[in-house]
Amino acid sequence: MSILLDKDSKVLVQGITGRSGLFHTQQCRDYGTRIVAGVTPGKGGVHIEGIPVFNSVEEAVHYTGATVSMIFVPPPGAADAILEAADAGIDLAVCITEGIPVRDMVLTRRILEGKKMRLVGPNCPGVITPGACKVGIMPGYIHKEGKIGVVSRSGTLTYEAVKQLTEVGLGQSTCVGIGGDPIIGMKFIDVLALFNDDPKTEAVFMIGEIGGGAEEEAAIWIKEHMKKPVAAFIAGVTAPPGKRMGHAGAIITGGKGKAEDKIRVLTECGVHVTPSPTQMGATMMAALKK
Amino acid sequence: MNIHEYQAKEILSAFGIPVPRGRVALTSDQVERAAKEMGGRCVVKAQIYAGGRGKGGGVKLVHHPEQAQDLAKELFGKKLVTPQTGPEGLRVRRILVEEAVEIAREFYLSLTLDRETSRYCLIASAEGGIEIEEVAQKSPEKIHVLSIDPFTGLRPYQARKIALALGLKGSVCEDCVELILNLYRICLEKDCFLVEINPLVVTKAGWLMAMDAKMNFDDNAMFRHREYPDMLDYSQLDTLEINAGKYDLSYIKLRGNIGCMVNGAGLAMATLDVLKEFGGEPANFLDVGGGATREKVAEAFKIILQDNDVKGVFVNIFGGIMRCDVIAQGIIEAANEVNCTLPIVVRMDGSKVEEGKTLLLESGLNVQVGENLGDGAARIVKMLG
Repeated sequence: MSILLDKDSKVLVQGITGRSGLFHTQQCRDYGTRIVAGVTPGKGGVHIEGIPVFNSVEEAVHYTGATVSMIFVPPPGAADAILEAADAGIDLAVCITEGIPVRDMVLTRRILEGKKMRLVGPNCPGVITPGACKVGIMPGYIHKEGKIGVVSRSGTLTYEAVKQLTEVGLGQSTCVGIGGDPIIGMKFIDVLALFNDDPKTEAVFMIGEIGGGAEEEAAIWIKEHMKKPVAAFIAGVTAPPGKRMGHAGAIITGGKGKAEDKIRVLTECGVHVTPSPTQMGATMMAALKK
Repeated sequence: MNIHEYQAKEILSAFGIPVPRGRVALTSDQVERAAKEMGGRCVVKAQIYAGGRGKGGGVKLVHHPEQAQDLAKELFGKKLVTPQTGPEGLRVRRILVEEAVEIAREFYLSLTLDRETSRYCLIASAEGGIEIEEVAQKSPEKIHVLSIDPFTGLRPYQARKIALALGLKGSVCEDCVELILNLYRICLEKDCFLVEINPLVVTKAGWLMAMDAKMNFDDNAMFRHREYPDMLDYSQLDTLEINAGKYDLSYIKLRGNIGCMVNGAGLAMATLDVLKEFGGEPANFLDVGGGATREKVAEAFKIILQDNDVKGVFVNIFGGIMRCDVIAQGIIEAANEVNCTLPIVVRMDGSKVEEGKTLLLESGLNVQVGENLGDGAARIVKMLG
């Protein structure tokens, strides 16, 4: 067991004929992911690297039974691609695309409300269940099969955390990069809830950063519901306050968003927070021993 | 992307929201002429990419054109420091001269993105003005917040509820409804992160008017707004930040002496944190993007070295799929091109990491290789110590 992906997950790739779409499709297939189809409107009927390409997600799902979509469609069409996946009955869409306008995502998230499809991202490294299935752009070799669930808002910092976990001997059940955009699909608490119910996950490492109130929200959820140890790192303790315009941001967040506030709330809710990004693996280890 | 008050007001005006009569001036003589045009008594407003200008002395009521000119002379070329600029302040290159308006009542009104609900929200208050954040903390019941469902958009009855909550009555209330609906149209059509009118006023003559305005556009929506780049005032940005932007690098100048180059924003922040932990002071934040390429690494390196405060460089690239020997070549080429003799510490991870290390160590540069994040940070701090 693991969350979101296993070795039998059938994956299609939207935007497979683009440069990075094709490159990462190959990387994922090399890792062992069952890539069954690609979708690029107007290019249906051809095969690329032996993978059949369809004009629409609906067609691809019909002929291949894919349940997961990895999205590389460029920003102007990315929100549409997410909605197309939902409409075609996909269970999990992982949107790698960086740079989707917020207005498009506000509407997309609203349309997804009440639909069964889960969205990870956009602007994220993706999801990996080590040894079984990789849907994303993360380097596979740093991962190791194991019992730690990883959830992160960051990209490359997640790789750093995973590498440290692997080095201290802690493998991962599933790693989920939820993405750093203001509007995303699955949030910390959605992923934490899945890890909480996953028998293979024994503990969770969480990586947050300054801005927004998602870590605080997660902290309170952890205190109320989480049955497993959680360790965390929050990036940006030393980030200087930026130049800003206006007051609306400060009013709506009620002053939340600073690293020290996040660390305080997480600690109060029983999360083991490391102040140093060099101690992420060690802190997870210590949390497991308590 | 930020724009100036006068540009925001042009947009408000184009969408039917009343603003005071005004002119933008680039010289103190132009300020004097504009002041004459407004009848002598007018408001002189420094245009910078930050708020809190009134508190920093950048907004003043004057009574004669000469007084306007004298004030303009003082402001032009000066770095205006306000509670929102940081201690370095921002240079004043444009001044807005506006008619003085007799004000009866003031309100706060804005539209912004609420991450928690993933929706736009309207914020209004009958109290606040420049102390609005204090009001929000001490008496949140005085702040009215309305979350907008993107399916239905903002409805007139919802806008009316807000207008009534502000205590407006009769025709001014209906004017306010229309103004709020137009504000939402601006937010969508211009892809704004923020549209703020503070204060929105009722004049003594009984009209609604936007006295100050701030707008912030979504950079990701640039592809459908060709007008955005032309609105940018480069004098408000750091030269190195502008250069970095050309290569799609995210660069922020800081106060220390260790130049930093990292791929990914989260890892870049963590790198600053770890440098401080080891007693170093970062000179900048620089994110070359998650998938660092050789070209970007080379450009980033040159930008870091243009900063005279930099006495050493720390490179932290978790390439993953990216090949480390390629990254190493990018660093070596850039360092040789600018004749860099400063100490450099490189920490890399990814494929072909050993080949990358060998290239660096045999390059003849003053370079050390960090085995991991902590080791790399410790080395650069020691080399500068």
